[in-house]
Amino acid sequence: MKFGVVVFPGSNCDHDCHYVLNGVIGVKAEYIWHKETSVDGFDCVVLPGGFSYGDYLRTGSIARFSPVMNAVAKHARKGKLVIGICNGFQILLEAGILPGAMLRNTSLNFVCKDVWVKVENNETPFTSLCGEKEALRIPVAHGEGNYFADTEIIEKLESEHRVVLRYCSENGNVEKSSNPNGSLNNIAGICNERKNVLGLMPHPERCSEKILGSADGKKIFDSIRAFLRGS
Amino acid sequence: MFLAKVYVTLKKSVLDPQGVTVKHALESLDFESVSDVRLGKYMEIKLDVSDEEEAEARLKEMCKKLLINPVIEEYTYDLKRVGDC
Repeated sequence: MKFGVVVFPGSNCDHDCHYVLNGVIGVKAEYIWHKETSVDGFDCVVLPGGFSYGDYLRTGSIARFSPVMNAVAKHARKGKLVIGICNGFQILLEAGILPGAMLRNTSLNFVCKDVWVKVENNETPFTSLCGEKEALRIPVAHGEGNYFADTEIIEKLESEHRVVLRYCSENGNVEKSSNPNGSLNNIAGICNERKNVLGLMPHPERCSEKILGSADGKKIFDSIRAFLRGS
Repeated sequence: MFLAKVYVTLKKSVLDPQGVTVKHALESLDFESVSDVRLGKYMEIKLDVSDEEEAEARLKEMCKKLLINPVIEEYTYDLKRVGDC
């Protein structure tokens, strides 16, 4: 089982992901430089958070043209796992691997804090070890996390149970006051139709050990490991 | 040589939180007649192309591929021939 953490110019959560996978989850993870043209041999590709290409033009809009992204798209088409965290999610949207786009947070502020997210679908490779409708405490850190898509796409995502994570209160209530960025339907994370690609704004790699205040993020990585062990 | 001036704005159906904030700021300065503010991006692109049709086709391709995100944005442009510089 091998994980690949893609490094773009401006990625800054790559080391955290690499550390958590190798040191906490106990799987093998290697870095993949964005100029690589193949991700063969990797079971799960992680697009980490950060500010790829300085967020110039639009978040993720330039990183999506990095050579590695063709390989990531191919990997996803084969049904293999891809997880995009924060800037990684933004890149997946710009690449069209997931639908929709990110807008500036409605507050116009960069939001950096712990939030609660409800697991709306625990039948994905990324959430299978989470309880049904479990609320996880995971930090967010972004200026553009205000998920937007047209009504048709939102309806499709909802009816196909592809909204995997939704901002909620500590006791799991999905309410406007628990939404840190103004995203439609409190969306924090979505997956593709085959459920092998997940994009999420919260940072599970920042809360995978109790000493960091929450180990809820570990459930995401443990779920991936369990899925890969079983496949 | 052509100079393209590209104006990118959020689609009408997309809320523009920056525009709303600027509108409120204008209102607080007693500019009560402001009914709406939308913010956007402005780009100048020089194209080393001699044919106008080709310049326009190239420009549209650039917008489609990279410069705008059609999910949330729309654009207009002015294209005019300029001297070499």
